[in-house]
Amino acid sequence: MSIPQEHDYIGLSEPLPSEKSSDKMAAAPSPSSNDERNSVFNLKETELRLGLPGSEAPERKGGIGIGVSLFGKDLKDESKCVKSFVSGAKRGFSDAINGAGKWGLSINGESGADLMKNGGLNCSNESSVKQEIPSVKPVAESKSEAANTAPASKAQVVGWPPIPSFRKSTLATNIPKKDDVGGKSGSGCLYVKVSMDGAPYLRKIDLKTYCSYAEISSALEKMFSCFTIGQCGQGLAAKEHLSESHLMDLLHGSEYVLTYEDKDGDWMLVGDVPWEMFTDSCRRLRIMKGSDAIGLAPRTMQKCKTQN
Amino acid sequence: MNPSSESEMDPEPKKAEDLPSNSENSHGPVHPQSPFPDEVLEKVLSFVDSHKDRSSISLVRKDWYNAERWTRSKLFIGNCYAVSPEIVARRFRRIKSVTLKGKPRFSDFNMLPLDWGANVHSWLVMFAKVYPFLEELRLKRMTITDEGLELLAKSFPGFKALSLSSCDGFTENGLKAIASHCRHLTELNIQDSITEEVGGGWLSCFPENFASLEILNFSSLNGDVNFDDLERLVSRCKLLRVLKVNESITLDQLQRLLVHAPRLTELGTGSFQQELTPRQYEEIETAFCNCRNLQVLSGLWEATSLYLPLLYGACASLTFLNLSDAPLQSGEFAKLLAYCPNLRCLWVIDTVEDKGLEAVGSSCPLLEELRVYPADPYDRHHRDGVTELGFLAVSRGCPKLHYVLYFCRRMTNAAVVTIVQNCPDFTHFRLCIMTPGQPDYLTNDPMDEAFGAVVKTCMKIKRLSVSGLLTDRTFEYIGKYAKDLETLSVAFAGSSDWGMQCIMEGCPKLRKLEIRDCPFGDAALLSGREKYEMMRSLWMSTCSVTMKGCRLLAREFPRLNVEVIREEGGDEDQAHKVYVYRSVAGPRRDAPPFVLTV
Repeated sequence: MSIPQEHDYIGLSEPLPSEKSSDKMAAAPSPSSNDERNSVFNLKETELRLGLPGSEAPERKGGIGIGVSLFGKDLKDESKCVKSFVSGAKRGFSDAINGAGKWGLSINGESGADLMKNGGLNCSNESSVKQEIPSVKPVAESKSEAANTAPASKAQVVGWPPIPSFRKSTLATNIPKKDDVGGKSGSGCLYVKVSMDGAPYLRKIDLKTYCSYAEISSALEKMFSCFTIGQCGQGLAAKEHLSESHLMDLLHGSEYVLTYEDKDGDWMLVGDVPWEMFTDSCRRLRIMKGSDAIGLAPRTMQKCKTQN
Repeated sequence: MNPSSESEMDPEPKKAEDLPSNSENSHGPVHPQSPFPDEVLEKVLSFVDSHKDRSSISLVRKDWYNAERWTRSKLFIGNCYAVSPEIVARRFRRIKSVTLKGKPRFSDFNMLPLDWGANVHSWLVMFAKVYPFLEELRLKRMTITDEGLELLAKSFPGFKALSLSSCDGFTENGLKAIASHCRHLTELNIQDSITEEVGGGWLSCFPENFASLEILNFSSLNGDVNFDDLERLVSRCKLLRVLKVNESITLDQLQRLLVHAPRLTELGTGSFQQELTPRQYEEIETAFCNCRNLQVLSGLWEATSLYLPLLYGACASLTFLNLSDAPLQSGEFAKLLAYCPNLRCLWVIDTVEDKGLEAVGSSCPLLEELRVYPADPYDRHHRDGVTELGFLAVSRGCPKLHYVLYFCRRMTNAAVVTIVQNCPDFTHFRLCIMTPGQPDYLTNDPMDEAFGAVVKTCMKIKRLSVSGLLTDRTFEYIGKYAKDLETLSVAFAGSSDWGMQCIMEGCPKLRKLEIRDCPFGDAALLSGREKYEMMRSLWMSTCSVTMKGCRLLAREFPRLNVEVIREEGGDEDQAHKVYVYRSVAGPRRDAPPFVLTV
């Protein structure tokens, strides 16, 4: 089952107060592992040949949905796209419903499962109806289908499913691993707690917003800089990325080491495994006093040398 | 009782605007002679608690209206914008307890912009002036700032109970004010807080001699509290019966708390995973065994099969088990259930799968309420979750089931038909098939017959949430059969305006209607115009309603607030988010720029 590593939805997950949809848009890479399903900003694909829900192009069945352009109009102005996506696309959904008349009844004739399989967004050669594409139809996939087809782009709808915000962070971090799940965990946000020895409160960070150890180190450094004792605190704030000397300063001056608890409950030193493996297995982070991590520090030095 | 005594009219001449708009006192002859003296009436009324009953009483006649308003001590305001602080202050003089609800429910799902409103501050200012003896404040979906909390803490010397449910706007500073100043506090109950990091320093602000707490719930706050201060607090509050801590409290810390408070009836644990020595394990087990009065259990973050057995000794009298923060597997879940024979209410995460729900069916014959939340709502991990089979299994084993909230990825009409036959007493049926517009997965039919069966079979249905592929037929059924329906939630459903029209023309008891992403336009909106004044509110978002339709409605019904929440860059004529509610207070005075009262 090929599940894309990256965001397989147009990153409009439940918008957090501090985030704008435009930021999310910028961060969202191509929706699927298929090249055909290019970035949503692929203007070449803006020729709308939308089939009515329920219809599907035979040659597309089970295959790649070409030109799933999620914007009806306003494609020239990208930033406007972003905003209109939220409103325009959703409006498009209801427009599509209205425009298609009693589409609900037409589903009866077609196979609803097929509609779902192809996300209802397939461009069809047969019935070409120019209208705004409803971009907010996530797909119900069965595992077997997903195994054969490219996973359809799961456009995420604001506020759906109706799970209140306070529930979400628990669910995101606490999904227990299941042995028989073949696929890798998909994309999305992955909040983990970060504690620092001696700090009065913890923080939570989304591992998915970082791409490398360097990024996460500097982010954590900024977050916890007010607690860093010793002279190294000041100098580090100015630097943008972690260098070896940087790390050495951090270690020697403040004597802190970044560790994490993995899925098995073991405490590991951050930096040993490839980044993806780390984000997959990391359950929480702890900024530990170097004195508690005796024996680990030298390896970090070496690791740093090879990384940088 | 002296029938000839002249009933004394209210000391204050009543102004026309004091009366509720639907009051019948303003027309028709008023009997000058009341069969009861005021004192008797007031005495009798002092036993009437329910605000609905009191509302009915106030409509009988003028003197009853007055007797009622003088004796009401508990205020319930279901929509803070339906009335104003001034109007309330004029009518009621002796209020000790206030419940206020603010934002529409869809705000829980991030469908309302920030700063939409429902700030309680103006209410607090009024209460400080008019109700100095205020003891309780219960807020739901409202914003309360630190300033507000400080005002609250300092204005009411007898203040006892603060309950914040799905509220935001405050930090630990506000809570510090409460802890420091409310000498007689019996309840501090913060649920489902959507505030970003609220530190834990407030807990240390309770004075050393403060010992009146009976209810303490800070489970949804992030910050670490000082454990020693918490332990001391718990040990001196001998009347403590509800304690729900947050995730920062460890198992061995919990044990120490339990030793101080074995008479708890409701417990929310902290983190339920920790490396324990055998001795610690035993001590915790013993502590739980000593909690013989436990009726409600929640928390249990990160609980795994290794630690769940610690609970077994405390579960005998458990009636409500809330596992919505503890994703369990079916095996460990079934084992736990075997120790909970008296469960009436169960909240779980769908990691227990159908197999776990089968265990519910076989272990919980008294079950009345079941909620199954999805571990993976955005389907990123492609897990099975629960299906129609799990629901069926529960319905077979739990005939008393009347409240269900069920998130699933597939459902069939046939299953729902059977389920409601097994459990015809449903009052709350909230089914969420997580993919919008998904049909019956076996037959590919719309799910119309499923919800048709619900409303036809369950005569007492009060609340319904529909999902899956639905045509107007579903709404025909609901309009025709759901005579007691009060709350309806609709998403991605319906074929045309006719669907909503069926609802508005049927469902005589409808109070709250929330609709999103449905093909209902102006005709649908206007079909309900006679009804909206009898409802609390209507929400319609991403439907086909236009500004024109909204204006028509607003013009015809001045006692309705028709609010449109504007979106940037959208079509000017479309009304993307519409919120309609009855109000005697006129248009909102605090509406932000993106909320337009039409």
